[in-house]
Amino acid sequence: MSSPADNPSEFTAPQISLWRRGLNNLVTVAAITAVIIVLVPLIAVFGYLVYKGIGSINWAFLTQTPKPPGEVGGGMANAVAGSALILAIGSVVGVPIGIGAGIYLAEFGRNRLGDLIRFTSDVLNGVPSIIVGIVAYGLVVLSQGHFSALAGGAALAIMMIPTITRTTEEMLLLVPHAVREAAYGLGVSKWRTTLSITLRTATSGIITGVMLAFARVAGETAPLLFTAFGNQYWNWKINQPTAALPLQIFTYAISPYDEWHKQAWAGALILIVLIVLSVSAVRFVAGRGMLKGAG
Amino acid sequence: MGVSIEVDKLNAWFGKTQALYDITMKVAANHATAIIGPSGCGKSTFVRCLNRMHETVPEARAAGSVHIGELNVYNGSSAVQIRRRIGMVFQKPNPFPTMSIYDNVAAGLKLNGYNNRKKLDEIVERSLKLSALWDEVKDTLRKKSGASLSGGQQQRLCIARALAVEPEVLLMDEPCSALDPISTGKIEELIYQLKERFTIVIVTHNMQQAYRVAEFTGFFLLGKLIEFDKTEKIFTTPSDKRTEDYITGRFG
Repeated sequence: MSSPADNPSEFTAPQISLWRRGLNNLVTVAAITAVIIVLVPLIAVFGYLVYKGIGSINWAFLTQTPKPPGEVGGGMANAVAGSALILAIGSVVGVPIGIGAGIYLAEFGRNRLGDLIRFTSDVLNGVPSIIVGIVAYGLVVLSQGHFSALAGGAALAIMMIPTITRTTEEMLLLVPHAVREAAYGLGVSKWRTTLSITLRTATSGIITGVMLAFARVAGETAPLLFTAFGNQYWNWKINQPTAALPLQIFTYAISPYDEWHKQAWAGALILIVLIVLSVSAVRFVAGRGMLKGAG
Repeated sequence: MGVSIEVDKLNAWFGKTQALYDITMKVAANHATAIIGPSGCGKSTFVRCLNRMHETVPEARAAGSVHIGELNVYNGSSAVQIRRRIGMVFQKPNPFPTMSIYDNVAAGLKLNGYNNRKKLDEIVERSLKLSALWDEVKDTLRKKSGASLSGGQQQRLCIARALAVEPEVLLMDEPCSALDPISTGKIEELIYQLKERFTIVIVTHNMQQAYRVAEFTGFFLLGKLIEFDKTEKIFTTPSDKRTEDYITGRFG
């Protein structure tokens, strides 16, 4: 009896048909084309922003407040600070509520109330941002009597909540039941298991969801129009009208002045760069605590 | 020290389907008792009723009486209290993936509010030595995640985690079914040593394993305990025809 191992040279790999090789190449090319189609707009947008905006970025732009129309110079520093303030308020309100609701849905939400919350949050996710702005106007601006960073933050929080809720739920449901069982088996109570085991296991996914929501609302203009309203000067008070980068870009872009158009481009570039930087920073900090081989 | 387990007329259900019928048996302290039987006969359900894990499944319930030592499992104690005194090792190794090896072992104590660092260090070392994993992981205790270990190591990690809370009983639900023969050998050896300190109930599909590690064996069929006796007797001269058919491989 001879076995294949006795004389390996006699056994050659079977010929793969021309048809299969051709199809393989075709699908590979199709996949690469799809990748290029996805990347082109991203690179084009960023490249065009750099091309149009980089010329107006200088020290003054990053440190000064806007100059009156007609005067050259000035900057958007107050808008950057205002955006940071509004986003901080939005996150402080929106992230805990979103994560809390997500925990409820994943761990206790197998009932009518859970289905209702899921439906509501999906609908809320689809509500146009200008309408969210009107709601925040009605709730905060009208009751306070003036525009404020608080109102802007509230509008952004409302927009962040559904995204965070649903991603938190999805991420928690991805944690295998066996991991929860392991904790129950050690005599750990359900709430403790949820907080210390399930949530901790899903942390990196939840952070991704939060960052996604953050990046999305960071560029929102419509909900800030009649909540934060905008401001030409520095403001750190949460109950005062506050400048925000997207608002400033909007105002400058629709103005008749060339100088302001240039500054709008620069502002857009700064906005994108800041979003990318803050998302990467959170990822880096969150990633440092990771262990070797952790999931 | 281990304690004995007395089960009296235990019934269990999943929704409307009854999974266990009037199980009555007495598990001896500081011995290993094997539970054998074909798939779906209620072996796992039975051990999960002993530490009230059964009721964590939606719509599952159990009735009857279980005493573990002086502890009445279904009357007067909370499920959480019970589970702190009865360790459990599952079929598939399930370490906490985002925790270090050290934190995995310390998890049961830490999560229940125990925070004495020096004592924790001692307990972690002792538990890992008991589960014969210490030499393989002592240099990477805090650096590596529990999920980075091999399957056999993960299962020994899970055993260490269960032992760290110093239970009186250790329930093992097919602990070797996902492991290779070498890891299985290590865990069987471990069971042999652990018997001196704990009462062990082990569910297994592997009859040789039951024969090797357990002094007593119970044979389950369709939710009923058919025969419960010394392992030797079950495997040589079973008194029930169905037991004989099963162990000689005529069905199941």
